[in-house]
Amino acid sequence: MTATSLSKEDLGAARRALRRRKLTAFLLVAPLLVFLLFAFVAPIGSMLFRSVHNPNVADLIPDTMELMDDWDGVSLPDESLMNQFAVDLKRLANDRTSGRLAGEVNRILPGSSSVIQSTARRMRTVDDDELQQNGAALLFDAHANWQQVPIWQAIRQSGNPYTIAHYLTALDLERTPSGEIQARDGPRIYVSLYIQSLRIALFITVLTFLLGYPLAYFIANAPIRLSNILLIFVLLPFWTSLLVRTTSWIALLQTNGVVNTALMGIGLTSSPFSMLYTEFATIIAMTHILLPFMILPLYSVMKGIDPSYLRAAMSMGGKPIPAFLRIYFPMTLPGLSAGALLVFIVSVGYYITPALVGGADGQMISNLIAFHMQQSNNWPLAAALGSLLLFVILLLYWTYDRLVGTKNLSFG
Amino acid sequence: MKKLSALVGMGALLMATTAFAQQQTLTAVSFGGSYGAAQQRHMIEPFMEKTGHRILFEDYSGGIAEIKAQVESGNIQWDVVDIEVIDLERACAEGLLEIIPRDVLPPGDDGTPAMEDFMPGALDNECGVGVIFWTTLYAINTETIGPNKPSTIQDLFDTEKFPGKRALRKRPQVNLEWALIADGVERDKIYEVLATEEGQARAFAKLDTIKSDVVWFDSWSQAPQLLNDGGAIMVQSANGRFYAAIQDEGRPFEMIWDGHLYDLDVWSIVRGSKNKDLALEFIKFATGTVPLAGMQEVAYGPTRKSSAPLVDPAVLPLLPSSHIEAGVKADGVFWADYGESLGERFNEWLLR
Amino acid sequence: MRELPAYYGFWHYLGHYGLRVLVALVLAFLMLPILIIIPLSFNVEPYFSFTEGMLRLDPDAYSTRWYEQVFNDPRWILSIKNSFIVGIAAATLSTVLGTIAAVGLASPVMPFKRLITALLLSPMIVPVIIIAAGMFFFYTRFNLVGSHLGLILAHAALGIPFVIITVTATLTGFDRSLYHAAIGMGASPLKAFWDIVIPLIRPGVISGGLFAFVTSFDEVVVVLFLAGPAQRTIPRQMFSGLREQINPTILAVATMLILISIALLVTLELLRRRSERIRMGTSA
Repeated sequence: MTATSLSKEDLGAARRALRRRKLTAFLLVAPLLVFLLFAFVAPIGSMLFRSVHNPNVADLIPDTMELMDDWDGVSLPDESLMNQFAVDLKRLANDRTSGRLAGEVNRILPGSSSVIQSTARRMRTVDDDELQQNGAALLFDAHANWQQVPIWQAIRQSGNPYTIAHYLTALDLERTPSGEIQARDGPRIYVSLYIQSLRIALFITVLTFLLGYPLAYFIANAPIRLSNILLIFVLLPFWTSLLVRTTSWIALLQTNGVVNTALMGIGLTSSPFSMLYTEFATIIAMTHILLPFMILPLYSVMKGIDPSYLRAAMSMGGKPIPAFLRIYFPMTLPGLSAGALLVFIVSVGYYITPALVGGADGQMISNLIAFHMQQSNNWPLAAALGSLLLFVILLLYWTYDRLVGTKNLSFG
Repeated sequence: MKKLSALVGMGALLMATTAFAQQQTLTAVSFGGSYGAAQQRHMIEPFMEKTGHRILFEDYSGGIAEIKAQVESGNIQWDVVDIEVIDLERACAEGLLEIIPRDVLPPGDDGTPAMEDFMPGALDNECGVGVIFWTTLYAINTETIGPNKPSTIQDLFDTEKFPGKRALRKRPQVNLEWALIADGVERDKIYEVLATEEGQARAFAKLDTIKSDVVWFDSWSQAPQLLNDGGAIMVQSANGRFYAAIQDEGRPFEMIWDGHLYDLDVWSIVRGSKNKDLALEFIKFATGTVPLAGMQEVAYGPTRKSSAPLVDPAVLPLLPSSHIEAGVKADGVFWADYGESLGERFNEWLLR
Repeated sequence: MRELPAYYGFWHYLGHYGLRVLVALVLAFLMLPILIIIPLSFNVEPYFSFTEGMLRLDPDAYSTRWYEQVFNDPRWILSIKNSFIVGIAAATLSTVLGTIAAVGLASPVMPFKRLITALLLSPMIVPVIIIAAGMFFFYTRFNLVGSHLGLILAHAALGIPFVIITVTATLTGFDRSLYHAAIGMGASPLKAFWDIVIPLIRPGVISGGLFAFVTSFDEVVVVLFLAGPAQRTIPRQMFSGLREQINPTILAVATMLILISIALLVTLELLRRRSERIRMGTSA
């Protein structure tokens, strides 16, 4: 039957049926979409929003911030603004929220926290009228920094609820008081940590390839009984808790651990190596943890390749290595790229293992995000760092999807 | 008869359910390890037995970050927390803790009113009630240190005379003070110097000299392990941790009292706690004469005078109060003002 | 052992035996770190290493004290309970939602298929730390931080991709005409789904559910951000144990977890074989 022979009614009915089928299919997916929108997408959205939105200071000192609108931002603010700020500071000290202001301003101008905190402590006992009249003088008296412009600029900057400042910090940049963007004056840590994370991830990807490829090849070409047993060797680590595997690396690598005891026992070394809490520990433990992610996709591709290709090439006098590289290897590329993508993406954002075995030099960007979430409580910066990491990962994923397609992602 | 027994049964059931309804769960948080175990025995368990309420006793590694995250996000998970005075001033000034009224504290077991019974310093901050006098010092392992023993803070910073790893807790507190002591600042001027830009630069410069030899740890309870398994030759920790390791596990550790930084720990209530009343009940109980005296198990001094007669004379020389001349008092007010600035600076210094 | 082919030269032999040595080393690298935990968990001393007594196989050097400690510690008991509550609830939620969605997704006429598939699989790609931080910000507004419900929702989201992947895999071998035939014969779509589709894809659903359970059971980053003391799970308890006070009770727990993994692995292998049989059956 061809389309031309369909009557109008039939065509309409077919369209309706198709639309109904489309709708049914969509309705089946809808509950999950709604669920993921709430439980997963919205949280990530709220993190992205956090990275540019921080109303803390604007909420803490609204009156001062209003007066800031009229200040030129270059010379010292006028007395009325300072008086108002002194009044606000006293209120904060009594509510015990001055620390929050101090923390926010300190992030823009390091060292300001102590100025604000000690001044707030002094303002606590002064009465309001005196502060209204004489606040500026009292501020000057409490700390010399109030007579200089930078701290006022920092307060104004921190009072802006929408800002890209955290992205600048996350890229080791800063904005000068005149509004230009320049490389950050002071320690530059974040960009190098992104590079370090990518470097460690790349290293782990290469290692898992070097270790995983021969094993996958061997299993794929072994007799069925042997290959089933060997597969279990790969799947058991895959199914074993991540924390169990990290625990075992701690037991192996610590100063008095299994590896050191063994090395000293057979006389290879007289004093233990310090291996735990290093970048080496992060790399070896993560390679172990992620190796199955490389082996499984490789294996499933290799299993589908007829071994006679390679045998034929070799029996016709081809040298084994060129024959392998030219005939066999290209056929395994889909599995290799799926495995490599998985290993690379998973390891770039890894947190647990570096946190437990990485020490100071084996840290990755995720650890710094966790640090700013849990230790320094610099949530907007954590959100900005996280958004950049997300961007890097989506870019990788997108590139991969364009080049290879995600069909080869499968397990076991 | 049947009716009566049914009625009694009903009544018992009803009482059981109301008792169940009244049972609350309090979350108390402290430093774990041997100190946590002593608190478990002398404060947590007796309180649960006495009141029938349940306590989830958690470990943390100190600092105010976790409390701050809870209060600022509005997810209050903890009720009572054991906090060092070096962090207390700041936590209180930043509004992270509830104010604890003084008039509800019970008198000592000998009848002395609370305000007189507590030692000086134990009630200085309105947000906390003192639990222990303790100190931060470093210790060595006598079996592995060799014939040449370190004895001062200068020795801790002398990597030529004493090569090997030093284990310090990852925070600016205590470490910056020690750096200045090692750099020759007089002990009563430390905080004055540390309040200046030059003083801070000087302290970090001194820390730079040992940076590559330092193992940083997060929690006091990791410290004895590091000294035991050879992870470091000089290890900083609370005196009670080393005492417990020496006393209970027979470890060959020796504490170096020079330049120890003595401080108090207090029980505090996290601001916005859902169990504020029960938290207060717990603190009243846990800072009573007998529970406080129990802390001598880990060589921490009690904060009530009425507990003193209960302290074993053999422990006395090991309490921080017997080494005041060698030590420096930790300044919580200084750290309230400078904790944020120096904390950020310290972390950047670490990453550099 | 097979005879080696006659055309083999030096490089072939090197490749042949070299490969076997390499494979043995990689297998050892995979398995030894896991197996080493098991004897260490019976160490009588509170260390993470073999003592001389253990190497001499002296029975006094071994004990089950760490296992006793696990079962006498209310914190471990609570975490074991929580891990199962959260794991089972999260796996159920993601299996139900995921299976239904996978069926819709497998329809050849599904609109925006590529985009929606990418979205459904994204919890697997986005680093957990980002998910956890975002959830901390967002769940706070609904009072879900420090609650079992929050943790269950979070873990269910993380388990979705695995359910989608495994169920989709069984559906590719599934003949959709059976389903349409049932509808054509007057069955309601729901009944057709329940009577025809579910029995055929059951192995895939169960293994997807197991994957989702393990994802939750093994998850710690989200727990670190979302759980309060009353919600701590086994991995959370292990994490703080490894970070703060290293103590062999962790090894005892680890050994028990390894046994659980073995049980899961065997179950999954049986399911896979069954699913293969069913697939052969329908396509034949």
